[in-house]
Amino acid sequence: MHKNSVGIVKTQYFTFAEPPDTLQLKSGRTLGPVTLAYETYGTLNSGKSNAILVCHALSGDAHAAGFHEGDTAAGWWDDMIGPGKALDTKLYFIICSNVIGGCKGSTGPSSINGATGIPHAIDFPLITIEDMVDAQKKLIDFFGIEKLLCVIGGSMGGMQALQWASKYPENIVTAIPIATALKHSPQQIAFNEVIRQTIMADPAWREGYYYEHGQPEKGLAVARMIGHITFMSDQSMEEKFSRRLKNDNLSFQFIDDFEVEGYLRYRGYNFVKRFDANSYLYITKAMDYFDLSGDNFLPTVKKTAIRFLVISFKSDWLYPSHQSQDIVRLLKRKHAYTTYFDLISTWGHDAFLIEIEDETRLIKNFLANNSLA
Amino acid sequence: MKLDHQIIARIITEGAHVLDLGCGNGELLAVLEKEKNALVQGIELNDEQMHICVERGLTVLQGDIESGLVDYPDQSFDYIILNQIMQEIKAADFVIAESLRVGKRVIVGFPNFAHIKARLTLLFAGKTPINEALPYYWFETPNIRFLTIRDFTDYCLKKNIHIEQACYLGKSKPVHILPNLLALNAVFVITKGGAQSA
Repeated sequence: MHKNSVGIVKTQYFTFAEPPDTLQLKSGRTLGPVTLAYETYGTLNSGKSNAILVCHALSGDAHAAGFHEGDTAAGWWDDMIGPGKALDTKLYFIICSNVIGGCKGSTGPSSINGATGIPHAIDFPLITIEDMVDAQKKLIDFFGIEKLLCVIGGSMGGMQALQWASKYPENIVTAIPIATALKHSPQQIAFNEVIRQTIMADPAWREGYYYEHGQPEKGLAVARMIGHITFMSDQSMEEKFSRRLKNDNLSFQFIDDFEVEGYLRYRGYNFVKRFDANSYLYITKAMDYFDLSGDNFLPTVKKTAIRFLVISFKSDWLYPSHQSQDIVRLLKRKHAYTTYFDLISTWGHDAFLIEIEDETRLIKNFLANNSLA
Repeated sequence: MKLDHQIIARIITEGAHVLDLGCGNGELLAVLEKEKNALVQGIELNDEQMHICVERGLTVLQGDIESGLVDYPDQSFDYIILNQIMQEIKAADFVIAESLRVGKRVIVGFPNFAHIKARLTLLFAGKTPINEALPYYWFETPNIRFLTIRDFTDYCLKKNIHIEQACYLGKSKPVHILPNLLALNAVFVITKGGAQSA
């Protein structure tokens, strides 16, 4: 067990929108019943004023910290969540839930459709970031928390933090969007489209109805490889792999000669074991649809009292710093008191998960100074 | 506390909304927050200074001064502080105009290049003046322009900027006579000229 760990944790489940209720989606369609997988760390205080919602990125899940019984790998943001860490579980009550559309316990395309007894597959409605947040709001209501101290997340998690601020401004004190954007640029949509096409071009995808035959492994693995390239930086790839060979000489065959090739293959094929191909399609689409630019953000509010901490990383070319600066510009127009930091890093988009020293220093200080007594 | 910070802290009203452009390590903003319950926002470029600001619990944006004001709506703040930055920024005229748009009042503090010692150094020694307010050699100075109290008041007259208050600072106490000759630093409170100057 690692030092400063929250220890052994268990994913829990919350179900709402049971008949006759449904969750109204942005697409006009409805969803119900809806299950959210979630985990919590730390203790909710009696005033319920120390709750922080952690939002995960594209392939994340509810397991943000600690260890599942028998596992050796910790949750995806374990470096940031725990006693004495940036999100200090001695002080705060941390909640992390899997997004709807996902495949880690929350309702998504791979979950069983009650009406048919088989997975929804591609009949699952398209979901948006706003739908994800609406579902999270139900979970927060279930806890009886009126005001979250903070909503925090990187990448797609940052989109959710912004969506919370925009849709439920009365229900949050602070928001920390990290390495994210108000909307995807054509370049970001283009990467996602190539990723989706890669999955859908695999005959094993079977127009989305593959569940009784197994995943479209090749398509999903290559899709993830593309993703991994965009998460790193030129510099971090140089540092991590350079042109090093897996074996000492070139094979003069089409195999993975270079370490970088081996790495991508390993990450790609491992991903197939843990992530549903259709969920990848749904979630990338949700990110592409997300747009809180201009008047879409806090449409009815002239000034907001929410305190923001916006963080970008200099080497992140997938969500470049200028996109975070666009968030800051929009916040200025809403007269929001904002802290923005463009952190030095070499790790590209992955920095928010890996380069945690400065990130920790910032978030810790920010939260300490914005906590309600 | 630095004399110019004392002067500025005295000017700022209780509970005011304050934006400090080029806030450095947030020393002044921390004073304003503590002593005046001011709601403060800083803008700073330097990484380490930024970290110190956040440690102090200040709200601070990383960015440059020239583009820092553009997106704020008119009259967003009670005070915009431009302290010890006039001599370092490129688009001084633009920054002052933008400050007058975004702030109800603008506080401008700068070293007075026409201080008697500076004049004598230039006249008799033929050297670039170095003193308490201008402590740098030519090859290391961040200053890209030098201005005097007279320069600034002439500028305000020309631009129809109302000078609401002017404070002149010596080494350790205020200067009351012949400021352009005897003051090392000046702190002005300015507003847009015309109807608003009352």
